Amino acid sequence: MIPAPFTYQRAGSVDEALSLAAEGGDDAKFLAGGHSLLPLMKLRLAVPEVLIDIGRLSELSYVREENGHIAVGALTTHHDVASSGLVGSELPLLAHAAGQVGDPQIRHRGTLGGSLVHSDPAGDLPAVILVLDATLVARGPAGRREIPAGEFFEGLFETALEPGELLTEIRIPRPAQAGWSFQKFTKRAIDWAIVGAAVQGDQVALVHMGSTPLRASAVEQALAGGAAPADAAAHAAEGTSPPEDINADREYREHLARVLVARGLAEARSRA
Amino acid sequence: MTVNGRTVDADVPDRTLLVHFLREVAGLTATNVGCDTTSCGACTVLLDGQSVKSCTVLAAQADGHQVTTVEGLANGDGEMHPVQRAFHLEHGLQCGFCTPGMVMATVSLLAENPRPTEEEVRTGLEGNLCRCTGYHNIVRAVLAAAEGGDI
Amino acid sequence: MSILGTRVVRIEDPRLLTAGGTYVDDLRVPQLTGAARVTFVRSHHGHALITGVDASAALAAPGVVAVLTYRDIDDIPPPPPLPEGGPPPGSEAAPLPMGGVWQEPLLAVDRVRFVGEPVAMVLTDDSYQGEDAAELVSVDYEPLPAIVDLADALAGQTLLFPDAGSNVAVAHPAGDTAFEGCDVVVSRDIVNQRVAPVPMEGRAAAAMWTGGKLTVWVSTQNAQISRFIMAGAFGLDPDAIRVVAPDVGGGFGAKVGIDRDAILVAWAARHTGRALRWVETRSENLVGMTHGRDQQHHIKIGGTRDGRVLAYRLDVLQDTGAYPRMSGFLPTLTNLMAVGPYDIAHVEVGYRVVVTNKTPIAAYRGAGRPEATAAIERAMDLFAAEIGMDPAEVRRKNLVPADRFPYQTPCGAHYDSGDYIGALDKVLAGSGYSGLRAEQARRRERGDALQLGIGVASYVEITAADADNGETARVVVNGDGTATVYTGSSPHGQGHYTAWSMLVQSDLGIPMDKVTVLHGDTDEIPLATGTYASRSLQLGGMAVHKADLEVKEQARRLAADMMEASEADLELDIDRGLWHVRGDPEAGKTWAEVASHAGSDGLVAAVHFTEAQPTFPFGSHVAVAEVDTETGKVTLLRHVTVDDAGIVVNPVLTEGQRHGGIAQGAAQALLEEMVYDADANPLTGTLADYAAITATELPSFELLVSETPTPVNPLGVKGIGEAGTIGATPAVQNAVIDAVSHLGVRHIDMPTTPVRVWAAIREARNSQ
Repeated sequence: MIPAPFTYQRAGSVDEALSLAAEGGDDAKFLAGGHSLLPLMKLRLAVPEVLIDIGRLSELSYVREENGHIAVGALTTHHDVASSGLVGSELPLLAHAAGQVGDPQIRHRGTLGGSLVHSDPAGDLPAVILVLDATLVARGPAGRREIPAGEFFEGLFETALEPGELLTEIRIPRPAQAGWSFQKFTKRAIDWAIVGAAVQGDQVALVHMGSTPLRASAVEQALAGGAAPADAAAHAAEGTSPPEDINADREYREHLARVLVARGLAEARSRA
Repeated sequence: MTVNGRTVDADVPDRTLLVHFLREVAGLTATNVGCDTTSCGACTVLLDGQSVKSCTVLAAQADGHQVTTVEGLANGDGEMHPVQRAFHLEHGLQCGFCTPGMVMATVSLLAENPRPTEEEVRTGLEGNLCRCTGYHNIVRAVLAAAEGGDI
Repeated sequence: MSILGTRVVRIEDPRLLTAGGTYVDDLRVPQLTGAARVTFVRSHHGHALITGVDASAALAAPGVVAVLTYRDIDDIPPPPPLPEGGPPPGSEAAPLPMGGVWQEPLLAVDRVRFVGEPVAMVLTDDSYQGEDAAELVSVDYEPLPAIVDLADALAGQTLLFPDAGSNVAVAHPAGDTAFEGCDVVVSRDIVNQRVAPVPMEGRAAAAMWTGGKLTVWVSTQNAQISRFIMAGAFGLDPDAIRVVAPDVGGGFGAKVGIDRDAILVAWAARHTGRALRWVETRSENLVGMTHGRDQQHHIKIGGTRDGRVLAYRLDVLQDTGAYPRMSGFLPTLTNLMAVGPYDIAHVEVGYRVVVTNKTPIAAYRGAGRPEATAAIERAMDLFAAEIGMDPAEVRRKNLVPADRFPYQTPCGAHYDSGDYIGALDKVLAGSGYSGLRAEQARRRERGDALQLGIGVASYVEITAADADNGETARVVVNGDGTATVYTGSSPHGQGHYTAWSMLVQSDLGIPMDKVTVLHGDTDEIPLATGTYASRSLQLGGMAVHKADLEVKEQARRLAADMMEASEADLELDIDRGLWHVRGDPEAGKTWAEVASHAGSDGLVAAVHFTEAQPTFPFGSHVAVAEVDTETGKVTLLRHVTVDDAGIVVNPVLTEGQRHGGIAQGAAQALLEEMVYDADANPLTGTLADYAAITATELPSFELLVSETPTPVNPLGVKGIGEAGTIGATPAVQNAVIDAVSHLGVRHIDMPTTPVRVWAAIREARNSQ
């Protein structure tokens, strides 16, 4: 119920955040909205000794158009992403998915960056970022770098960020094809997805079908080869390794992936 | 921080959760703890006008900000806030434990969506559990408060 | 016009809405100033020997006052042996819990039998330190094979209680049933799964020992029973214990009396001399508070091809968890109500109770009766499917007709009043049943992915099962004309203050806002039973009513004396609260005047009201579910009910109870289940995993009105608290199965989660 003791530090700037992180080393974690990290700490599944609160870095909370892409600051809350007119008009998939994360209270605190860095395979937004071919911008002791979404999610709760690196921005190109769909299958509305499918045009990414979000490559290849959406969707489970839990076994998840991709492709086409 | 319009200052351990700061330091015990996985919403308060689950916010994160709890809703004359009144008139509470969080979630919901449909109310309260009412009268209360228009 | 039967909003609300309730964790009474916090160290093994407890690291941690284990419990008497020649364990009259070889310790001694069992207590200055220190208590365990599966429990290769020689705690086998003469016989094994009550406020207790008296504040439904339990446990005179139930954040039967954890808090307060407070976390609650249901049923139903049921058999296997706290109580009620509202000639019922390495089972909203109803309602639908008859029609053919009451059932229950066919007809009309069947047919014809299911359930349930315990009330009219009601009932959301105030206003003409209702403090109300079993209105409310009438007669005598008139000529004007001589309405005496005339104590009447027998509310539910046959996802579209609990005193309160009951009933059918793995580890130990139902999964409910009075008490009231749950679960389960019955599905066990529904569809399709 209560986190183990830790030292709280507050960063007044990105530079300060980075230097505090360098000092803290492995014992330090960034605290943004806290709605991925604090729940883990309350169950004592995570016990960082130092928390660096970056929540006041308002300069990292923005949605703007830049050079043909949409730039979203890492500290933009899900609520702000979901209600942003710019995201709504240019990246409706992202707006819609952000509006489905958790519940309203969670969306008021949780941030896009926080969700992505947490990299929960059951999370919605990593799959959305993946299907949108986003670029993640990070700043660290070695400077600034850009990481393609396809290289960002490395494993269960693991990303390509190096120790001491801070995710600052998510850069999303305008989609080439307009149709989109977000198929989130849950038991209750508030639950994590049992399986999810994020569709933008002919690009498909899957939620909770492996230890990271996955592009449904076999589906995309089939579509590129001229297959009808319903036929392409039959390939949805290929190349996936879905987990088994009290909600679903492997077979059921594979079945859901096929159904959700089929529905997602159909809906995306109706919106194109 | 400012809680219900009054400044509350204290030195607390870094790991102090906002909900405990409110209950133990500010002495406002209406806000309850109902779970330990950010699931139930009993601890919902407003942070700068937006609903948050205060069990998943560090007091330190709320430092310098404005917090509103259910105790701060009634006006100076003790007259209930329209949402409180609607919950009363529609029998939207029974044991009362989820109620402060439910009321604050409602205030935030209506601030963002003043005329919700029933479905939007139910989805809007997905983060707030109640075991007594079956939600039926809570939904009626929210719709009545919205209808009243004077939120 | 009487206020009874009118819609009155609650007196309780303004305080709860503006200041919040005062639950145990909110108490700021002087006696608890500086109270230390209790944090339990709990077993994370389902079955293990304890080979050592090392508290040294914990004792060195900041803020630690004490670390207590069973070795410290040296100042209370040992548990009493079972009385010789007493009623057999598990029979209705047997004491609960079972004790003897099944004795449950306070703190675990040499072994643990369920994940969550308390092993040690850490006392600290504050709760944060408590969590830190509890982590430092090192317990050495030697795991034993865990018994999770009921077949393993029955096989008895591993015994939870070696001295018992078996894992079967109680057995009451059924006799042979007569199924000859039945053209059609259907049997099935079904599951009524384990659920968690999840009151929004978990368990909590605070205690202080001073001057030879123990004061205990506890989140309980029965302060007085809790007092006697502790008096027995501690070897104290009850006068040395005061129990106070403050505001209680829900109970649902799981806060009946007081359990070992709370008793330990009280013990530790006396043992250490330090005021203590304990408030469990939700994770503790999900494994530490008792669970509900968990029965496996073998059902067998037989009858004629034209729909007449002739025989029914129910064999219950009750998983009682690690300790048989309830003995045979729950399946006894299941067996008592097994035949439901039906007229069936041959009924056989039986049960066994087995222990397993899971949280102990106790009462949960319905306590044995939802299980009975779910079983026979499934049986009715299976029978209907077998003979190809509409499930509503089968029920109509077999419900006890209205002219047969009072009705003695083959299970031994004496149904007081009912109109079962009327309830069924009303709910079918109210739900537009034939239109729903037509829509279902259209969707089936089209082969839609989204299919419609209509589930019907008829039920009867037993309320105030312990009618002979009765309830107490003391009504005082004070010299200022106000009234104080001391009720034995113990509200935790039901709205008794409002309802009892309505009774006083209706009986005496003292306005509601001049009535104070007190409950739950054994210093003020030493003798009482409390609130469970949907008993409060018919026993507690009736006690208030009876006390009102006694006060009224006292007042009549005094007023007659004061006005020098004969008692026969006196009238009480209820609307104005004025005693006057008939024909002379202006010259009268107010309640204040009469009560003052009575002396400094005012007018007082104390009553212990009992009923001759329990009462039997009844009803019918129709649930409409939509099933996505491609994914198995279920959406509950509508839920229409008739819940007839006799005369309604306040429709607002009655509707609230029905709503809450329906929601919990639907939750069991659709979503909720406490799941354990093969090592007896709970997999649903947090609210992230335990699928407590939210507003998004439920529709608004459609409640129909039906009031069939009972002759059992003068107000004609029965209990409503659990009825909604009892009717809702089978209606929803039946609806889900009905949605896919055309695909060949005959049964889906609860909860009807998407994966289960999908698997059932696939299996049916594969076998065709």
